Amino acid sequence: MSSTVADALDHEHDDHGPTKGIGRWLFSTNHKDIGTMYLIFSLTMFFIGGAMAMVIRSELAVPGLQFVHPEFFNSMTTMHALIMVFGAVMPAFVGLANWMIPLMIGAPDMALPRMNNWSFWILPVAFGILLSTLLMPGGAPASGWTMYPPLVLQTGDAFPFLIFSVHLMGISSIMGAINVIVTIINMRAPDMSLLKMPMFVWMWLITAYLLIAVMPVLAGAVTMLLTDQFFGTSFFLAAGGGDPVMFQHIFWFFGHPEVYIMILPAFGVVSEIIPTFSRKKLFGHDSMVYAGSSIAFLSFIVWAHHMFTVGMPLTGQMFFMFATMLIAVPTGVKVFNWVATMWRGAMTFETPMLFSLGFVFLFTIGGFSGLMLAIAPADIQYHDTYFVVAHFHYVLVPGSVFAIMAGAYYWLPKWTGHMYNETLGKAHFWLSTIFVNLTFFPMHFLGLAGMPRRIPDYSTQFADFNTIASIGAFGFGLSQLIFVWIVVTAWRGEKATDRVWEGSHGLEWTVPSPAPWHTFTTPPKARIAQEAFE
Amino acid sequence: MTTHSEDHYYVPHGSHWPVVGSVGLLFLMVGVSSWLNGAGAGFYIMLTGVAVLVFMITGWFAEVIRESQKGLYNDQVDKSFRQGMFWFIFSEVMFFAAFFGALFYARNMSVPWLGGDSNNFFTNLLLWEGYESTWPTDGPGGIGGEYEAMGPFGLPLINTALLLTSSITVTIAHHALLAGKRMRLSIFLAATFVLGFIFVYMQGVEYVEAYQHYNLKLTTGIYGSTFFMLTGFHGMHVTIGAIMLTIIFFRVLKGHFSPDHHFAFEAVAWYWHFVDVVWVGLYVFVYWM
Repeated sequence: MSSTVADALDHEHDDHGPTKGIGRWLFSTNHKDIGTMYLIFSLTMFFIGGAMAMVIRSELAVPGLQFVHPEFFNSMTTMHALIMVFGAVMPAFVGLANWMIPLMIGAPDMALPRMNNWSFWILPVAFGILLSTLLMPGGAPASGWTMYPPLVLQTGDAFPFLIFSVHLMGISSIMGAINVIVTIINMRAPDMSLLKMPMFVWMWLITAYLLIAVMPVLAGAVTMLLTDQFFGTSFFLAAGGGDPVMFQHIFWFFGHPEVYIMILPAFGVVSEIIPTFSRKKLFGHDSMVYAGSSIAFLSFIVWAHHMFTVGMPLTGQMFFMFATMLIAVPTGVKVFNWVATMWRGAMTFETPMLFSLGFVFLFTIGGFSGLMLAIAPADIQYHDTYFVVAHFHYVLVPGSVFAIMAGAYYWLPKWTGHMYNETLGKAHFWLSTIFVNLTFFPMHFLGLAGMPRRIPDYSTQFADFNTIASIGAFGFGLSQLIFVWIVVTAWRGEKATDRVWEGSHGLEWTVPSPAPWHTFTTPPKARIAQEAFE
Repeated sequence: MTTHSEDHYYVPHGSHWPVVGSVGLLFLMVGVSSWLNGAGAGFYIMLTGVAVLVFMITGWFAEVIRESQKGLYNDQVDKSFRQGMFWFIFSEVMFFAAFFGALFYARNMSVPWLGGDSNNFFTNLLLWEGYESTWPTDGPGGIGGEYEAMGPFGLPLINTALLLTSSITVTIAHHALLAGKRMRLSIFLAATFVLGFIFVYMQGVEYVEAYQHYNLKLTTGIYGSTFFMLTGFHGMHVTIGAIMLTIIFFRVLKGHFSPDHHFAFEAVAWYWHFVDVVWVGLYVFVYWM
């Protein structure tokens, strides 16, 4: 089978393989090369953002101000969030999408390969601009990643650079998302109907829709900040009839779907991995699709649960509280389906499966704390405390990041053609899991006890838990170096088979490992039926 | 059967245009930002960025047009382009939605609240005593000073007529293209972009009027902000649309497009209908109600 694919390569194209030198990467129209660039970029940003987290945890390790100026501390929390959200998590998922969606649906490449290249190459520009603000008079943005006015308007020279880097991230995301949707809708192999699509592809389809719907809204919001600052508009100025709270509404209309943008692809990844290592079909495939779609729909009508304490009519609070709690239903369907997939399965626990199981357990903790935060009267106590920090780090770190790690281990043999070091992979998992809980679990207690977020110093009764969290954070950060080592040495492991995993199903496992530079030049009609679970 | 075009995927070769575009964006963004911060060089960096971007857009489109004329694009590529354009327009709709959202929020929430509505009696009494909520308004602080609002009649009404007519002419042009009537196509396409440019000119006249006679400015509180940002971004889109229509017109003159292969024409026509629909929203909510 592999030879037919290889033989069928490139009858009609002028390039028969990658061009030599830097041009291969700069001018690439190859989904695999672009996917690789996205993933490397994301990993780089993960460590830059991680280093900022270490600054934060160093300062917070003991009470008092020891290492950094409070203003710089605020810059660190702001930049850490912007870099992790837009630079690490989102590009990682786009990288996985680039690599895997064409392989999974039997397409030769993304639908719009040149635009694909541009989506990637805008990112280094955007983050180059954002990181350069660290060196500017007035320092890097320190208003929190949410950029609330009027505070954000006090930013120094960094202000317009912040706005325009956000614009660039948005342009990149929108182009990437358009590419994903068009690829999925238009490039599927002829026999693959929508409901036969792998779950990763489905979740990305929904994610891409969310991206196109909300990134322009963020662009609008930050444009209003820019004109308020430089051109005298009154969007967020009460004296002119505007309202600072309006920014929060517009921002969170983007912001809430954004959190699902960061988790739906994660759902997709674990929905691929759990069936493989349970050697069972994914339980409730179609209900997963409907649950994902429901989550996406609901994500548009819950935004004000981020602003319960800011002041809004009681009916508004009630509506946003109940709508938010409703999201627990489709999310519950998903968690149930993962567990039901494992039920009586012949399970094995390779690294991707371990990370997926970690995801199911720990993401669910984050989901439950989210449910607590959704309750408007209770949120008045939790708002802007470390409880919120604990909540969103549980859904983002052992949630999104664990799913990215799981996906990376799962598909690494397909990318490199070699098995990674399983022992080190397991060590990476266990160390990450222990330290991630050590870091973020105590933050629940800190928050409930009243420790506010975004503060460089704190009252002494919070000391012990903060020290524990800081130890956990450094442990977690160092554990990630294992991952780098595993990836760097992945080309030295034993040869991977085409199938790679015993229980794997799907088109991506029918092509050779490593996947050839061009995969499908003709639609792989016959192989679809054969790959479907009966 | 194996070499049948439907059975073979098309993947374009590598391209240097995206990277050129990224460099252009870098100069543009850094230039604008430094300029806003008061660095004089910023303006020139910005101009450099604009020049690079114009160079990139021209070059990239020229390459795509050449490839299209060579017949490299099969039906599947055509479909990808169409779907891509559809989703791009959807993203534009959402961009405008943010500004319309700001308008609705100001009119239905923040301005009435400043006037003491809902449970904001004390906001009004203690912070903005005597302020009564109305629309249009420049807010309780009277930001921007005395002004006159822009009514729905006169220029805006003429502009509405212009844009709606241009939407009809572009549709007639489209039907002419499908029927293979090139003369009719050229005439109605030309009429469309001429109407578009007249609209932009009239909008300019309206702005001069607003600034000079009505004292209505971007700085005129929330009314001026929403008025100029909405109509300004719309006007920008009309300008881009009219330029694109002009390019399509010259391509028609060069003999491009056939009744079953004319994605670029349709994409621009869709875009034109989109700016038209946005204008109807603007006319109703900004000028009229």
